[in-house]
Amino acid sequence: MDFQLTQDQKMLQEAVQQFVAGEYDFESRNKVLATPFGFSERIWNGLAEQGVLGIGLPEAYGGLGGPVEVMVVMEQLGAGLVLEPFLSTVVLGGGLIARRGSSEQQAQILPRMVEGQCRVALAHHEAGARYALDYVNTVARERDGAYVLSGKKTVVLDGATANLLIVSARDETATSSSASSGARTPLSLFLVDPTTPGVRIVPYRTQDGRNAADIELNDVSVAKDRLIAGGHEALEEAIDHAIAALCAEAVGIMEALNAATLEYLKTRVQFGQPIGRSQVLQHRMADMFMMAVQARSMSILATGRCAANAERAQRRHDLSAAKAYIGKAGRFVGQQAVQLHGGMGMSAELIVSHYFKRLTMIGVTFGDVDHHVGVISDQILAESA
Amino acid sequence: MNLEFSPAELAFRAEVRAFLREKLPPDIRAKVLGFKRLVREDWVRWTQILHEKGWSAPSWPKEAGGPGWSTIEQHIFDEECAAAGAPPVIAFGVRMVAPVLMAFGTREQQEYFLPRILSGEHWWCQGYSEPGSGSDLASLKTRAERRGDKYIVNGQKTWNTLGHFADWIFCLVRTDPGAKPQAGISFLLIDMKTPGITVRPIPLLDGEHEVNEVWFDNVEVPVANRVGEENKGWTYAKYLLAHERVNIAQLGQCKRELKKLKDLAARARSGGAPLIADARFRDRIAEVEIDLLALEFTVLRVLKDDGAKSNPGPESSLLKVRGSEIQQTLTELKMQALGHYALPWIPEALDAGWQGEPADAAEWAPLTGRYFNMRKTSIYSGSNEIQRNIIAQRILGL
Repeated sequence: MDFQLTQDQKMLQEAVQQFVAGEYDFESRNKVLATPFGFSERIWNGLAEQGVLGIGLPEAYGGLGGPVEVMVVMEQLGAGLVLEPFLSTVVLGGGLIARRGSSEQQAQILPRMVEGQCRVALAHHEAGARYALDYVNTVARERDGAYVLSGKKTVVLDGATANLLIVSARDETATSSSASSGARTPLSLFLVDPTTPGVRIVPYRTQDGRNAADIELNDVSVAKDRLIAGGHEALEEAIDHAIAALCAEAVGIMEALNAATLEYLKTRVQFGQPIGRSQVLQHRMADMFMMAVQARSMSILATGRCAANAERAQRRHDLSAAKAYIGKAGRFVGQQAVQLHGGMGMSAELIVSHYFKRLTMIGVTFGDVDHHVGVISDQILAESA
Repeated sequence: MNLEFSPAELAFRAEVRAFLREKLPPDIRAKVLGFKRLVREDWVRWTQILHEKGWSAPSWPKEAGGPGWSTIEQHIFDEECAAAGAPPVIAFGVRMVAPVLMAFGTREQQEYFLPRILSGEHWWCQGYSEPGSGSDLASLKTRAERRGDKYIVNGQKTWNTLGHFADWIFCLVRTDPGAKPQAGISFLLIDMKTPGITVRPIPLLDGEHEVNEVWFDNVEVPVANRVGEENKGWTYAKYLLAHERVNIAQLGQCKRELKKLKDLAARARSGGAPLIADARFRDRIAEVEIDLLALEFTVLRVLKDDGAKSNPGPESSLLKVRGSEIQQTLTELKMQALGHYALPWIPEALDAGWQGEPADAAEWAPLTGRYFNMRKTSIYSGSNEIQRNIIAQRILGL
């Protein structure tokens, strides 16, 4: 058992920290926020030059490290509130292709991704699904030796700036071979170029300054070699890796928020003394601190399970536990940071409110607290039988 | 980063588990797991079994006669003992007075007391709190006046846990009433058989006898039984309070009780169906399971990251707060699982071997009392509010 970062991991941490400090101060970030979709080509290329876009990807394609390195990067991107789509592109898209893609797909996509040429969005969620991974009505049929995809995806994160989509669909070509009678049509994942005829993208911004899109697929033709293997299992695994990354991002934010709040308690004077002299605020801050410490423990657990390729039941249990805990901690730390900053906490001109909004959006991404408590709860029921 | 125990640690866990399977007396195990009353002899018998193996003081270094375990090994030992249903190590001797003696005691004190703590010959209790001195411990008033080679002790201690079983008590007493509160305190070791000591039970809300008042009426204590220097007792007291860390969160016990809660919810019925099928109740189990996992990995991080440090830091406050809160939640949920069976008060059913009616009361009767009893965990060892003060002031600098 070892919770320390290696020397190389510490160097990576420092490098990303320096990049963020140099390129992503509050003013610079505001400029990115002011772009149509909260994305700066310059920053993205900078991340590529730093090697960040290869973190967690195979060395053969210019990548480096695994889930622990992703955790290190995500904490720093969280503390800097970086808007660019590292999670969607590298963790979700790159990770999925690296684990499940064919060698041709890997060779074609990953080197371009590492260089900053390729930005991915996972087009999975559909209206009515809420957080159920299996609720997909988009279908894939076969026509003229190719797949044809039809359906509608909603709130595709980073969908406005992606140049490669990963689309989930019910794969009707696979029913006869693998599904027994009564089973649902299996899920497959497809690499789709968003400029393909029949793809309609309705982009919008998100509460935290990023972007998303609703994506319609009307008889979109996709070549046979664009199928990513693994179906539902591959999707679930990719989302677990994304959850671990989100947990790390949330930890970076919570620690930054706590530092900002602590500083405010020490410097804001009311009734002739710093407000941090008040015991009620001291105890609130102590609770925020305890939440953040334990959130870090859960982030380490989540990343550790991904890094060790833990078997599915354990991975699912611990990832859901981590996401539930971090959702709870993020809500508490975020809300209380705003509360303790008083009116200043409501201002868009202070980073506190931006941290709060991002934490809140992390909370509703890939399952909220109730959803993941429910996952653990269902496991408890299953084990009792 | 690696979350797995090492092969050596896994082998150690297997060794502890095998030992417990072989040596833990079934009658004691049944009492512990069923929350039945333990008598003094149960604890002493178990301490002697541990002592034969050299494991009666898990936290002690080899030089002092302990096993010399790492913090992780101590953690594994605690976890396995709790899971097996072994009585918890009584902290007052092994974990409280002994570290103070090792650090500040005379050679004579060490040579006399430490082996007797190891063997279970001496049962220790704590004389800290007084009626007017709880969280503000330094305001204590029990006086010790020097007369030749003796101190004459007068005053009252309270919330003294299991003092009715104890042979010795370590006491904070005021030796200089004129000095600032912290500067006039000394640390005395007092034989409970000394004339002038009276132990009176304090009835608790669960009807059980666990704590006492201890009265001192002109009690003579040899100066040789003072630890360290006169009027420096506060330093030793703080050392003692800060020393407990490895098992402060009671993680092993929490894990065992979570498992028992699930078993209980699977057997309890609601409208004829298993209670565990009720998502509203089951979600509350899931929530405490998640909280416990967060605490577990925090404990492991603390143990692993500064296991080498001999002087525990203020982060143990976090472990105490969360551990106590989770213990309370678990006992609350178990009481809740009983439904209206939480109501009957059948104190006889807490005795091992009771065979009265209702026949199944032997199992559920102890649970509500346990809920009431565990409210103590957020009050003792520095209340959770004091722990938050420590976090705010010593960690956060507020």
